[in-house]
Amino acid sequence: MLDGIKLGVGGVAIVAAFLLGVAFFLSWERPPIESEQIGYDGVGMVTHTNPRIDAELQARNEPPISMGRMPPGGQPAGEVYENVQVLGSLSEDQFNQLMVSITNWVSPDEGCAYCHNVENMASDEVYTKIVSRRMIQMTQHINANYESHVGQTGVNCYTCHRGNHVPEYLWVEEDGVDPAKGMTADRQGQNLATEIAVYSSLPYTALEDLLTQPGAQIRVQEGQALPTVPLEPGTKKTEVTYSLMMNMSDGLGVNCTYCHNSRSWADWEQSPPARATAWHGIQMAQDVNANYLIPLQSALPAHRLGPAGDAPKASCATCHQGLPLPMNGAPMLEDHPELGRVME
Amino acid sequence: MAEYQNIFTRVQVHGNPDLGVPLPKGGVWTRNNKTRLSYLAGKIGDAQVGPFYLGFLGLASIVCGVIAIEIIGLNMWASVGWDPIEFVRQLFWLALEPPKAEYGLSFPPLAEGGWWLMAGFFLTVSILLWWLRMYTRARALGMGTHVAWAFAAAIWLYLVLGLIRPVLMGSWSEAVPFGIFPHLDWTAAFSIRYGNLFYNPFHMLSIVFLYGSALLFAMHGATILAVSRFGGDREIEQIVDRGTASERAALFWRWTMGFNATMESIHRWAWWFAVLCPLTGGIGILLTGTVVDNWYLWGVKHGIAPAYPEVWTPVPDPAMSNGS
Repeated sequence: MLDGIKLGVGGVAIVAAFLLGVAFFLSWERPPIESEQIGYDGVGMVTHTNPRIDAELQARNEPPISMGRMPPGGQPAGEVYENVQVLGSLSEDQFNQLMVSITNWVSPDEGCAYCHNVENMASDEVYTKIVSRRMIQMTQHINANYESHVGQTGVNCYTCHRGNHVPEYLWVEEDGVDPAKGMTADRQGQNLATEIAVYSSLPYTALEDLLTQPGAQIRVQEGQALPTVPLEPGTKKTEVTYSLMMNMSDGLGVNCTYCHNSRSWADWEQSPPARATAWHGIQMAQDVNANYLIPLQSALPAHRLGPAGDAPKASCATCHQGLPLPMNGAPMLEDHPELGRVME
Repeated sequence: MAEYQNIFTRVQVHGNPDLGVPLPKGGVWTRNNKTRLSYLAGKIGDAQVGPFYLGFLGLASIVCGVIAIEIIGLNMWASVGWDPIEFVRQLFWLALEPPKAEYGLSFPPLAEGGWWLMAGFFLTVSILLWWLRMYTRARALGMGTHVAWAFAAAIWLYLVLGLIRPVLMGSWSEAVPFGIFPHLDWTAAFSIRYGNLFYNPFHMLSIVFLYGSALLFAMHGATILAVSRFGGDREIEQIVDRGTASERAALFWRWTMGFNATMESIHRWAWWFAVLCPLTGGIGILLTGTVVDNWYLWGVKHGIAPAYPEVWTPVPDPAMSNGS
């Protein structure tokens, strides 16, 4: 009898251990892992890729088909159509071409009707038209003012949308599981498995804290060996920065050493040049969130908002979608140079 | 039967229980004399389980420990809204966080870190009572107190992390959260904030003693098992009455590395290596933030962090060139 129980307990333990083991291994990345040395010998400056996963990633990141460029000249769109607030100085043909491209990029199935009342194309009654206009301005702003980040490649609607109404990799405030509140301990915005913190227990408020206002304090290391008073920021703030860095790393499909020499995160002298590009990208994300995406909250219907009622916002993954260069750096402005300058 | 010639045997002897030496007279707690034989325990150690001595210190320690674990566990559960499935699913992610930086060393509201302070208090009391229990039990058996002092080394590291350093830094927020992944993420963030602990010489020493302990443990365990066929399993007797097992083991190490520990000294080596791991580690943590703010720059200053040849042209800090 007792032996039977022992055997039973042992059997259950072995099965449980086996299942846990399988679950554990499934969370791993199956080899091969290809490593490339990018720094001096023996300092661990190495980037890793998995060709099998990379092939899937590349397949998901094909650039859009080029439609060519309509010749300039002809009547300005602003004179032909009513209520053209941003693109009025384009020729009618180029304006229409952009409209067709936007349809392909954002609403290939619904066509014009996704943003326009087809009875009255000039009307602003469909909320998506208000949003599109603002997004065109945002695209122009990014291309005109953040060459430090987007270079000559530029961005267009497809960089984020990829044929979807709403870009797949936007983020909203994480509400997680409702805590009990009251006198029970506050989670302090961390210690849950969340996508934002890339399934670490680091703060899931990192994007909210650091990517929604220009000038947010991200740096945590001191520039001198010995302490100064007061000691700020502390370890808790470092966790927020750490979480943002994990999010960036995940969004770009790179490890830390793509931008940093891990012996001294703060040291620019030893950092790969990509870090400067990333720095401008952070400024860009803060600007775009604060001045374009967050203000859209009032224009969006409830089903487009997050569970906490906030507008969807951008992080690095919104454009990069797992690659260091979105769509491997395919030029995005060749067909539509009008998206590369600010028009009013 | 032949197998029993060696005390490292798979044969389990089931006889009358060994109740140990008599306790000194006048103690309040009598020893519980209940013992039983466990076949499974006998597979990895002594088949006799018990007698167990609880005593006042043991009872008080367990009560305090249970209070601490209840505070931690219930707050973790509350953090997922008392959802039992989420509690199990996210258990490794959940934590009880120390107070935020703005509370300094004051006693914050329960929800803002007060529970953390209480859990820390009861856990510390529990650990210290358990230490006293190890000390007094060793004395009651007429033993030395080596085990208690080794445990004290670990308690030192625990106290530095959760009490001494936060007090010196003037903020409970610098202490470690109670949680599985959260304390690991905290450790990584701590190293990041203070400029890379790998350049902290006491961290280096701690790693030496950590890996060194594992190495010594493997060397010693392997040596004794290897000479047990000559009576090397009777280690303690061999200390005073050296036999061929000792001599072969010693010669083996002199042959292979020119030097050997003795049957006696190897245990001091092992004890000190193990004890120095948390002792030096605790010193390293204690100096971090209080005396040194950036260990990498400290390493540069003192010539232990070399510069490597440039592979790319360094980019200047864009925050400087933008004037922001």
